[in-house]
Amino acid sequence: TSELDIFVGNTTLIDEDVYRLWLDGYSVTDAVALRVRSGILEQTGATAAVLQSDTMDHYRTFHMLERLLHAPPKLLHQLIFQIPPSRQALLIERYYAFDEAFVREVLGKKLSKGTKKDLDDISTKTGITLKSCRRQFDNFKRVFKVVEEMRGSLVDNIQQHFLLSDRLARDYAAIVFFANNRFETGKKKLQYLSFGDFAFCAELMIQNWTLGAVGEAPTDPDSQMDDMDMDLDKEFLQDLKELKVLVADKDLLDLHKSLVCTALRGKLGVFSEMEANFKNLSRGLVNVAAKLTHNKDVRDLFVDLVEKFVEPCRSDHWPLSDVRFFLNQYSASVHSLDGFRHQALWDRYMGTLRGCLLRLYHD
Amino acid sequence: MPGKLKVKIVAGRHLPVMDRASDLTDAFVEVKFGNTTFKTDVYLKSLNPQWNSEWFKFEVDDEDLQDEPLQITVLDHDTYSANDAIGKVYIDIDPLLYSEAATVISGWFPIYDTIHGIRGEINVVVKVDLFNDLNRFRQSSCGVKFFCTTSIPKCYRAVIIHGFVEELVVNEDPEYQWIDRIRTPRASNEARQRLISLMSGELQRKIGLKVLEMRGNAVVGYLQCFDLEGESGLVVRAIGTACTLDKLSSPAAFLPACNSPSKEMKEIPFNEDPNPNTHSSGPSTPLKNQTYSFSPSKSYSRQSSSSDTDLSLTPKTGMGSGSAGKEGGPFKALLRQQTQSALEQREFPFFTLTAFPPGFLVHVGGVVSARSVKLLDRIHNPDEPETRDAWWAEIRQEIKSHAKALGCHAVVGYSESTSICEEVCILSASGTAAVLNPRFLQDGTVEGCLEQRLEENLPTRCGFCHIPYDELNMPFPAHLTYCYNCRKQKVPDVLFTTIDLPTDATVIGKGCLIQARLCRLKKKAQAEANATAISNLLPFMEYEVHTQLMNKLKLKGMNALFGLRIQITVGENMLMGLASATGVYLAALPTPGGIQIAGKTPNDGSYEQHISHMQKKINDTIAKNKELYEINPPEISEEIIGSPIPEPRQRSRLLRSQSESSDEVTELDLSHGKKDAFVLEIDDTDAMEDVHSLLTDVPPPSGFYSCNTEIMPGINNWTSEIQMFTSVRVIRLSSLNLTNQALNKNFNDLCENLLKSLYFKLRSMIPCCLCHVNFTVSLPEDELIQVTVTAVAITFDKNQALQTTKTPVEKSLQRASTDNEELLQFPLELCSDSLPSHPFPPAKAMTVEKASPVGDGNFRNRSAPPCANSTVGVVKMTPLSFIPGAKITKYLGIINMFFIRETTSLREEGGVSGFLHAFIAEVFAMVRAHVAALGGNAVVSYIMKQCVFMENPNKNQAQCLINVSGDAVVFVRESDLEVVSSQQPTTNCQSSCTEGEVTT
Repeated sequence: TSELDIFVGNTTLIDEDVYRLWLDGYSVTDAVALRVRSGILEQTGATAAVLQSDTMDHYRTFHMLERLLHAPPKLLHQLIFQIPPSRQALLIERYYAFDEAFVREVLGKKLSKGTKKDLDDISTKTGITLKSCRRQFDNFKRVFKVVEEMRGSLVDNIQQHFLLSDRLARDYAAIVFFANNRFETGKKKLQYLSFGDFAFCAELMIQNWTLGAVGEAPTDPDSQMDDMDMDLDKEFLQDLKELKVLVADKDLLDLHKSLVCTALRGKLGVFSEMEANFKNLSRGLVNVAAKLTHNKDVRDLFVDLVEKFVEPCRSDHWPLSDVRFFLNQYSASVHSLDGFRHQALWDRYMGTLRGCLLRLYHD
Repeated sequence: MPGKLKVKIVAGRHLPVMDRASDLTDAFVEVKFGNTTFKTDVYLKSLNPQWNSEWFKFEVDDEDLQDEPLQITVLDHDTYSANDAIGKVYIDIDPLLYSEAATVISGWFPIYDTIHGIRGEINVVVKVDLFNDLNRFRQSSCGVKFFCTTSIPKCYRAVIIHGFVEELVVNEDPEYQWIDRIRTPRASNEARQRLISLMSGELQRKIGLKVLEMRGNAVVGYLQCFDLEGESGLVVRAIGTACTLDKLSSPAAFLPACNSPSKEMKEIPFNEDPNPNTHSSGPSTPLKNQTYSFSPSKSYSRQSSSSDTDLSLTPKTGMGSGSAGKEGGPFKALLRQQTQSALEQREFPFFTLTAFPPGFLVHVGGVVSARSVKLLDRIHNPDEPETRDAWWAEIRQEIKSHAKALGCHAVVGYSESTSICEEVCILSASGTAAVLNPRFLQDGTVEGCLEQRLEENLPTRCGFCHIPYDELNMPFPAHLTYCYNCRKQKVPDVLFTTIDLPTDATVIGKGCLIQARLCRLKKKAQAEANATAISNLLPFMEYEVHTQLMNKLKLKGMNALFGLRIQITVGENMLMGLASATGVYLAALPTPGGIQIAGKTPNDGSYEQHISHMQKKINDTIAKNKELYEINPPEISEEIIGSPIPEPRQRSRLLRSQSESSDEVTELDLSHGKKDAFVLEIDDTDAMEDVHSLLTDVPPPSGFYSCNTEIMPGINNWTSEIQMFTSVRVIRLSSLNLTNQALNKNFNDLCENLLKSLYFKLRSMIPCCLCHVNFTVSLPEDELIQVTVTAVAITFDKNQALQTTKTPVEKSLQRASTDNEELLQFPLELCSDSLPSHPFPPAKAMTVEKASPVGDGNFRNRSAPPCANSTVGVVKMTPLSFIPGAKITKYLGIINMFFIRETTSLREEGGVSGFLHAFIAEVFAMVRAHVAALGGNAVVSYIMKQCVFMENPNKNQAQCLINVSGDAVVFVRESDLEVVSSQQPTTNCQSSCTEGEVTT
């Protein structure tokens, strides 16, 4: 083998297949073996030595590019590697892409050294190489650090500083949002949920439950404690206590129940189950709201929703369409409760919650 | 004060963190020219400082403007200790000194540090106000244009080609001065970079003065090299061809450069008053349309001055001016006379050009080369570099006399090189002996009716193949036949040259890269003994290289080599020879004979069998190659042609010369019979090995072609995707019982594997051709062999490429055999011939693509336009003189850069590969940045002249020196449509030929 062996093009050559292998954390030796298995030698008539040299070369290039990929705008403005814009975009997008299995393991966890130590276990559990786990974890953490202190739209900030596609930027917004609020996603009863489910909920919550959602910055310039899109609107959470009256006041609860039952009679396959369970379900949903003032309870939001609503309905075999009918009616009927004064608050809460619950309701 | 230099420092970006505490930098900039220095304010705490400085003004002599580089240093301000340097930018302001080039230098330059590499970028604006200088005795030569391109640059016309200019300057190498022991590596590197920059400037200025003396205004084919002689000093030398060039003004007047690139073919030689409009950046003649013939021949000579023996292979026959052919005789004699007078005024009638205006090259005699082994000693007085001058003068004399022996008065495609190991230096020069048309060589006043007559009768199309020497008094044994094209003049059976294939030459099939590779062990020795040992080895090396080339050429079924470059490299304990050339089948030359193997011990049955097996393999390979390269010359029986073949030749015997004394070598018969097969005698295992290695050269994978010339013979439908690259490999030889055989195998494998890797890497570009493949070999240490390759891969359109060349060839053959007078209009006729129904394509609109760079990506499968806010423009780099599918509209000046990079943390930077990979990428980046700042979007005729790599892994250290050059240009892309003025006989435009092809 050669002592020194390099190839430098005026336009930097990027081999997508090798890039993938590199991102997946394979060593040069493993990557060469995988490429051989792909039948490339037969297709091209190359020798294993050629493949080895080629792979080394690409790995070296990627290694040099990695520093720039940590701050994608640098990749665009740097002069060392001449890379067509479409290739730059591809390099960035792939670098920041992540594995579903991996993200489910760390979603909602603090992106700290402690978690980083767990990567070994995650690697063993998911079959994703430790190197790849590290890259993905570092990406999460890097994006988190950069946008953490920023004001304005989370998705926009991510897109601007990391030049990701809209889809990927939204995913990162969800990851950052979950990490910031430390939502519990790892419990056994939450295992059936995909990253997509959580990301969906995160987006709804960012849109409706954060300070940025109200469309007004805190008037007091000193109160920059709350980032616009990252943190839930504390005032809103405080106010949610007011909803308690819906279950605490017996008359209100009965009235609410009768309004819902009247509207749904004959339209619901599981009507009797609903009628029997109404008070339990309503108590569950309202109590979740009332408890959100405590950080601990915020973290358990998804656990609570699944325990208090998804599981009871599922055990009674509600079809999804019935869940939708019920939630729509359940939210809407509150407007007819004369004694209830927090209609806007209710809508802000229930609008988002309804969307989340519908998404969470599956097997 | 003939000039005012103005510099403005605008901003910086991506600076490194210099203050660990704040993670920021307090940067300021020093701007230095000559002995004057200005400073910007300190921009506190930022990695992206905005200095936006005033204009710093330097009032300077234009002599200094030419010699001195502008030096910009970025520093980190430190209140309590010395300011730390972040890095430097050297800007050569030469391009601002002549009117047609750049007017301003403005852009982002990488900030470079010899230890850390690129550290951020700085935005600088530079302008020069030149005052008219009335001083006639000035020392400067502002205004003389320099081009690396070895042909007349597109968008210029050659009025006069004056000839050879050379100069060299010497100095002590800072690396070897006493002070180097106490200064930092960084200071030493910077001293070296600065010195070489100064010396280059001085050299260029001096060459410019010579050009002005000759009343020229430009240097074309400018080649500048460094000799790092170590203790004995540093030599910077340059050669070039002085010309008077005329700018072709209106771009609209240009003929469209067809996709087919190709050399400048601007002049129509038959036209007394050449219309500037015909000087196009045109592409000219698709090669398949011409029938050409060439004359081959080889002349090998070398000189070894440490021994007094003249080892020249070329017997120095007095070259009579006897008639060379029947009809051509008188004219030839006249022509010769005139050329002679034009050239004899010149000390060295040499031309560094490799491609010429049509009609310039009359005959080609063959390759001439000379080598000389010298012992270096300290250059005592840098102001009087006489010793080095004398060395080169000696070699050039030798070349000149070889050319004379071939009946030629000029040498074209001329180049010089050195190889240095410790105190021994091999100087080499080579070129192609030629007879030239005097019209371009002197002022127009001389042009008269005589010349006119001469031109009319010049056998232009196959003429360059016709032998210039006297048939009855040949300088070396050669086998002559009548030209297969015109049937009137004699041609040799094989032709070797150092030039590019003339654009109007007719080739059959495609060409291919042919390499001869050779190693010879040498005992370690000192001084005189060493030089003598090397001198003694050289003849054998040359001989073997030549034999290998000839064998490989025949194995390809071809009969001519172009762009031949033989590099001999000297190391401590070995010599390496590497010859590269592009083989073609010239229609004017006879079909090469096969290769026949002769065994030595005919009685041994199994041996016989083995021989016949080998013979079969060789025959099969030849047949396969003919198919691969589409070599199917028209069958012409000899009776029809009536070609009077001289007495049947004896089979030439090729002697293995390894063990023979040098005296015998001069007797070697290097000629090879034509129809008679070329006999390879297998008399020892060495020879057997050689035959094997002949057969192990693997052809490129399907869809790939390669050549070391500018364009690939037989391919002319280039598409616009290009990828220039540099690849470097170093192998370590196992020092255990090294034999010549093992060495050869190692070296051969190294080169072959390198090529294989290139083909694999570039597979996404298929169908494509590697053009201008340039290998250089060096022996950095005892057991290390380093091979550096620079080339450009160009895609082409496969469908068009499949057209056969048969039809045009036949046509021109018929044509050629008709009336002689018709030759006059030959090019015209030929052109219309090939497109019977559309003699001239209708005028079409030419869309000019914005020179704006972005989005001009090199990848074919471009997907959606992505991150739109990219601000870095694309700068193309190519070793060729053109950009496929584009037209060069402006030359902005020469790029000539020298960089040193050193590291003391080799492992941390990814080992030797990581270190060099990063450095070469940085060099490319700095070249691109300078071109972009000049307002250009490409570098043509790019060459990496030196890549000296030294490592010391034990100390975790490495150092590398790289020298690159090229011409910065602006190009505009052509759409598929082209403007063709129907008034002009197109010298050949690709689209028209394509149409012709379709209709016939």
